Amino acid sequence: MAEHFDVIVVGAGPSGIAAAHLLAKAGVSVLVIERGDYPGSKNVMGGVLYRHATDQVIPGFWKEAPLERPVVETRLWVLEKDSAITVGYRSPKFGQEPYNSFTVLRAKFDKWFAKKAEEAGALIITETVAEELIMKDGKVIGVRTDRENGEVYADVVIVADGVNSLLAKKAGLHGEIPPANVALAVKEIIALPKEKIEDRFNLEPGQGATIELVGEATAGMFGTAFIYTNQDTLSVGVGAILSDLIRRQVKPYELIEHLKAHPMVKPLLAGGETREYLGHLIPEGGYHAVPPLYGDGFLIVGDAAMLVNSLHREGSNMAMSSGRLAAETVLEARQKGDFSKRTLAAYQRKLEESYVLKDLKKYRHAGRFFETHPHIFELYPELANSAAYEFLKVDGIPKREKQRTIIRNATARRPLRKMIGDAYAAWRALR
Amino acid sequence: MSSIEDKLFLVKFKPDDRTHLIVDQDHCKECKGRPCTMFCPAQVYHWDETEQKILVAYEGCIECGSCRIGCPDLLLEWRYPRGGFGVQYKFG
Repeated sequence: MAEHFDVIVVGAGPSGIAAAHLLAKAGVSVLVIERGDYPGSKNVMGGVLYRHATDQVIPGFWKEAPLERPVVETRLWVLEKDSAITVGYRSPKFGQEPYNSFTVLRAKFDKWFAKKAEEAGALIITETVAEELIMKDGKVIGVRTDRENGEVYADVVIVADGVNSLLAKKAGLHGEIPPANVALAVKEIIALPKEKIEDRFNLEPGQGATIELVGEATAGMFGTAFIYTNQDTLSVGVGAILSDLIRRQVKPYELIEHLKAHPMVKPLLAGGETREYLGHLIPEGGYHAVPPLYGDGFLIVGDAAMLVNSLHREGSNMAMSSGRLAAETVLEARQKGDFSKRTLAAYQRKLEESYVLKDLKKYRHAGRFFETHPHIFELYPELANSAAYEFLKVDGIPKREKQRTIIRNATARRPLRKMIGDAYAAWRALR
Repeated sequence: MSSIEDKLFLVKFKPDDRTHLIVDQDHCKECKGRPCTMFCPAQVYHWDETEQKILVAYEGCIECGSCRIGCPDLLLEWRYPRGGFGVQYKFG
């Protein structure tokens, strides 16, 4: 196939397709290499898709894309063994055009998204693994695939091969990810009738809600669980930092059963039938783990570039935006006729000027904070729940006495001085 | 309670006739705790006590990459299944 394209994109996920779509629309010849049977067949996320970043690639996409439900309510549950403290926010504004975010199922959404890129003129070849980048004089000039005579060449390669990014690693562009920098998440798709979902989540027809759960939801590990409403299924999953799972010898498929059996979660899922089980890694190393994003003849986007803001469970938006900015950069480079590192450095600048690297930079100390304060996910959910129980239990004990008991119990678990230290460290890491 | 076997039964696979996961049995024998037998979300790895080796059920691999990163000495040869093979999600 020894063919030459203007651009090769490796991976048909949100970042790769966003780039391919915009480049094809601008008249550039683009080849997308995808290893799955169809775009989306290997792709997994929670999954919330954000309107703003997607709208910048396909304006008004929500009018025709296969979306599940617009998210009108976001909830956070802090779980203890059999109880929970719950907070949340709902606004009807999130349920109206132009919307804020949608739940999606990636096998459907990515397939549609890729079709749009094809309609714009991109060539997508599936069932093809990109084995390695072809280098010449330190410059990326193409991709070697697992097809016979499967070398393809391009002026620039956009590396969008996801969290494992074997391409970047093989080329030495990216070191191995340490287990403390990835979360392993597993998920089930659980079928329930539409009306049941709307009743149980207090939703208007067609509208959606998300719940993130911490504390007992991850058995106190650094991570979160989630329940998202789709049209007639729920996406229920749990993820924890891989090094924590290893240290505690936790089996992920048992962790999700533990979540599903929690008294707060069980009634939401009652009568549901699991349709699919999935697993995926999430790059959570944050700002300091972002690899070099560009070089001679290549750009790295999306999960492959570790662009995930795990605190806000944002990743699909960063994938979309990085793909868009990569496409912009390539178009500028084409005008100059120069695909060297110097010209492609514009991509890094664009990301730095956007919310993508600004947000990752804001939380650059968060990973280290959670690593050095592992009790945050275990101790405080417990203390908060037992304090609420104590305070809300009406048993003739005067409130001041209850307050004293709560403080005594809490400080017995962790001295006040240390709690203040935790709060200060949290403020410093997250401000 | 659904077991991992129940869960994997719901997943569509198109298994290749060759493995994409190659372990180093000499190291596996010495490996402390063999964490892959615990954290792999698809229970691909199983320690066979009588044979003294790791059995690799690569056909049921969901290609997450955890073992690639979590293998204590990174002694696992991990690649993607050939194009068109492996896990095929219906929902994603």
